[in-house]
Amino acid sequence: MLLKELSEARGVSGNEAAVRELLLKAVENTIDKHCIDALGNLLCLKKARKPAANPAAPQKVLITAHMDEVGLIISGFNADGTLRYEKVGGIDNRMLLSKQVLVGEKAVPGVIGYRPIHLIGRSGIEKVADMSQTAIDIGASSRDAAAKLVQLGDYVTFRTSFEVLTEDGLRTAKGKALDDRVGCAELAEALEGEYAFDLYAAFTTQEEVGLRGARVAGYSINPDVAVALEGTVCDDLPKERDRDLSPVTELGKGPAISFRDGSVICDRRLVTLFSETAEQQGIPYQYKRGAVGGTDAGALHLVREGVPAAVLSVPCRYIHAPVSIVSLQDFDNAARLLKAALTKLEGGLEA
Amino acid sequence: MKDLIKKLVEAFGPSGYEDQVRAIIQAEAAGKADEIRTDNLGNLIVLKKGSGGGERIMISAHMDEIGLMVSYIDKKGFARIGNIGGIALATLTGSRARFADGTIAVLYNEKDGWMGPGTLAECFIDTGATSPEDSPVKVGDVACIHRPFEELGGRLVSKAMDDRIGCAVALQALLDMAESPNDVYFVFSTQEEVGCRGAMVAAFGIEPEVAVAVDVTLTGDIPLAKPMSVELGKGPAVKVKDAGMLAHPGVKKWMVATAEKLALPYQLEVLTGGTTDAYTIQTSRDGIAAGCLSIPTRYVHSPSEMVDYNDVLNSVKLLVGMLSAPVSW
Amino acid sequence: MDTVALLRKLSQASGISGYEGEVRDIVRQAIEPFADEFRTDTLGNLIATRRGTEPVSTGHSIMLAAHMDEIGLIVKDIKDGFPRVTDVGGIDYRTLLGQEVIVHGQRDLPGVIGSRPPHVLSAADYEKPVPWDMLFIDTGLPQETVTQLVHIGDLVTLRREFLELSEGYVSGKTFDDRAGVASLAVCLELLASMKHSWDVYAVSTIQEETGLKGATVAAFGLNPDIGIAVDVGFGAQPGVSENESIKMNAGPALAIGPNVHPRMQARLSATADKFEIPLQKEVIPGGSGTDGWAIQVARSGIPTAVLSIPLRYMHTSVETMHIKDIERTGRLMALFISGLDDAFANELGLEGGKGAA
Repeated sequence: MLLKELSEARGVSGNEAAVRELLLKAVENTIDKHCIDALGNLLCLKKARKPAANPAAPQKVLITAHMDEVGLIISGFNADGTLRYEKVGGIDNRMLLSKQVLVGEKAVPGVIGYRPIHLIGRSGIEKVADMSQTAIDIGASSRDAAAKLVQLGDYVTFRTSFEVLTEDGLRTAKGKALDDRVGCAELAEALEGEYAFDLYAAFTTQEEVGLRGARVAGYSINPDVAVALEGTVCDDLPKERDRDLSPVTELGKGPAISFRDGSVICDRRLVTLFSETAEQQGIPYQYKRGAVGGTDAGALHLVREGVPAAVLSVPCRYIHAPVSIVSLQDFDNAARLLKAALTKLEGGLEA
Repeated sequence: MKDLIKKLVEAFGPSGYEDQVRAIIQAEAAGKADEIRTDNLGNLIVLKKGSGGGERIMISAHMDEIGLMVSYIDKKGFARIGNIGGIALATLTGSRARFADGTIAVLYNEKDGWMGPGTLAECFIDTGATSPEDSPVKVGDVACIHRPFEELGGRLVSKAMDDRIGCAVALQALLDMAESPNDVYFVFSTQEEVGCRGAMVAAFGIEPEVAVAVDVTLTGDIPLAKPMSVELGKGPAVKVKDAGMLAHPGVKKWMVATAEKLALPYQLEVLTGGTTDAYTIQTSRDGIAAGCLSIPTRYVHSPSEMVDYNDVLNSVKLLVGMLSAPVSW
Repeated sequence: MDTVALLRKLSQASGISGYEGEVRDIVRQAIEPFADEFRTDTLGNLIATRRGTEPVSTGHSIMLAAHMDEIGLIVKDIKDGFPRVTDVGGIDYRTLLGQEVIVHGQRDLPGVIGSRPPHVLSAADYEKPVPWDMLFIDTGLPQETVTQLVHIGDLVTLRREFLELSEGYVSGKTFDDRAGVASLAVCLELLASMKHSWDVYAVSTIQEETGLKGATVAAFGLNPDIGIAVDVGFGAQPGVSENESIKMNAGPALAIGPNVHPRMQARLSATADKFEIPLQKEVIPGGSGTDGWAIQVARSGIPTAVLSIPLRYMHTSVETMHIKDIERTGRLMALFISGLDDAFANELGLEGGKGAA
């Protein structure tokens, strides 16, 4: 299963090579051309396979999905052999305690522990943990021993396996980096289709640190239309005092179409394209309710003279945590909706 | 059974001063048991012998209630107090205390009265006295909260439901029990509210093979309650865990199987604060399989503890069912 | 004995306080060849007896205790298909976010302890921990299925693979106190090739984490002449100062304080010296929080010692230790036992063998 391999591949922002190799292998035979650009984006072209039905329809369509995941980076060595670290991307500190991690290219196993509860006073336990007291422990007994196994700047991923939780109903699965390996897997699948326009697929880098890969990919490709595929915030979860707040998206209610997020106001015609396609094909869908998060579309729509852009997402519970949960049904429906919408796009967008 | 409950809950009996409650139970049990004795710590031990071949079972329901003890009488006759057990401070202001001899006093606090006190040190009681000399109470006197029994629809409210309702259930089970292979020791225990002390020594003396405490538990069914699955009116609760002990898995199974056999409603209980007599019974000698049958109760340790009458009746049926058959899990 | 393999097996087994059955089976299997009798008492302690053999059993006995139970979670409520939990034993709830768990319902269900996404939280939210009452488990199953498969009181264990780090360090859940249990196994295996005249009760205790219950009743039942509790101690780690901790990979720590009989302490210390086993000292001014605290006051009182195996990140799911410290602890106990004689019994003022009665 490509999604499992993708989820378990290690690719923190700035170090996406392993994910890229996996994806290149997966799409190699369906594309005409590919290149890896200066930021490490994997740019693929699948040329039009049929004549354009509508000469006014887009000729160059760009779909992106980001390869990078949030993680940690080694920032120093302590005398006792433990490693200092910084966060790469938006991770909630409170998620870091008591976790297993893998460090660097050699995937050296390590753990992040915390002060034993026995040594924490009554008032201490009411506060958030003091992260300056944490470090990555790889079992090295000294600074020198650690430096033999790990280098400054080594990237660190969570040690989390992908697993289907249930084959029934919503077909939920857990794993790390589902934001945005779900998008990568959908995009790989979309490349199998044949379209009346040149389809550019960009597997982008550094989304989690500022939408940076998409920005340069958009510039090079200069598309007529752009769509970002994402794993997105899903807050259909218990709230304090049972407050009735927007869930943003809900697990199992289908792919989410964004009107906007924190980085972009989506092109209204593309929003309609997706929702109409879903209605026509009987694919369940939902709208993303709330402007939270940023996506590659935020960079794409501002490229050169501007590009009509939209976002299609798979709801992802516990996004940016060491382990997230998605519905494979949502994932499949997102892939279906994407393909159907691309076909419909061959007819062009309304003026 | 309501008359029995009323009599028990209205009786005076803070920890260590359970005499009045013991007298009521002893009178009710007289003639219905094979042996009745009071041990050194004041536990009332009522043995109902079995027909043989069964287990030696200890049932424990505590007679004591939370209360107050006078620690000082000031120049104007106000009395300062200490607690016996975990008094819910916020419920004290403006309520009344009753002493063993029937003396009544008003409870208040020196802070902004109606806001409730911060600590017990800020509370005092007013007996109507104007000086230590004319005070009807003296240092060391013990009081319970004064509040009568009421019926609110299908629910019963009073002080000291914790654990007179357990006493009532155990006593009623004793009265309702017919033939049983088991020797059942009904222990009406003392000093639970200060550390389950009565049950500890009773268990050592009795050496039971199996023990079940009958006590109240909290519920999660009031506005903005902490998450807890127990509700009033959904049947007796079978304890899995509380802050002091883990119920023996076998005893839990035995209780559940009996409830299912008798088609009685029941709920499973995980309580995050508080414990019961089973806590000290469990580690008596070389270990005793112990569990707890809980009666769901709202507003525990306040002057208005509330139970559901059907839960009470079903608790009796469950207990009788458990005790009347061979124990198995 | 392959200590790593045994610890791996013990660590990955589920055995929350009160429900230690799976661990008990593993322990029994591991030490089967080295004990004469096995017994499980009312509360579930596994008591392995190895009779003194050389020249004949004196009837004196020693009880070794290490606890099988682990800290964990228990379902206290189920709301909207999300089980809510509380802890069994002391868990720092702040270490639970983002953890994978197994809900032991009608069948074992994998799950995740999630929390609301950072994108919808305010800066102030990050400044306070997610409280117990807001911790929930997501099994990825629909509400109806959860209601069917999960009941109040079901146990939830942390799901954590055993991990070998560098230099002989290992990491996993519940080394507290499966490491101690492993050290008992090491000790018994060594004793099988040694001479000893005292009877040995190796007790894998239950419910230590919920109040030393197993050791309390086992010590009452066995009434041994002396006792040693093996538990884990706070190993030096980031965020813990030197005077709060013992050194890693430097042997067990022998407690000094009211919980330990001075002659037991002296004898263990001398044994370590004689056989050049690294041994640290740890001052414990009051309750040791170990089975030893209960054993010491069983019946008429029992001369007791407490050994702590250094462990980092205690009560998290990434407890970390050096495998050699387990072996050293087992070896120290075996050599101590093999040296027990009438002279030591006299030193302690023991009359005859209580165990013989």
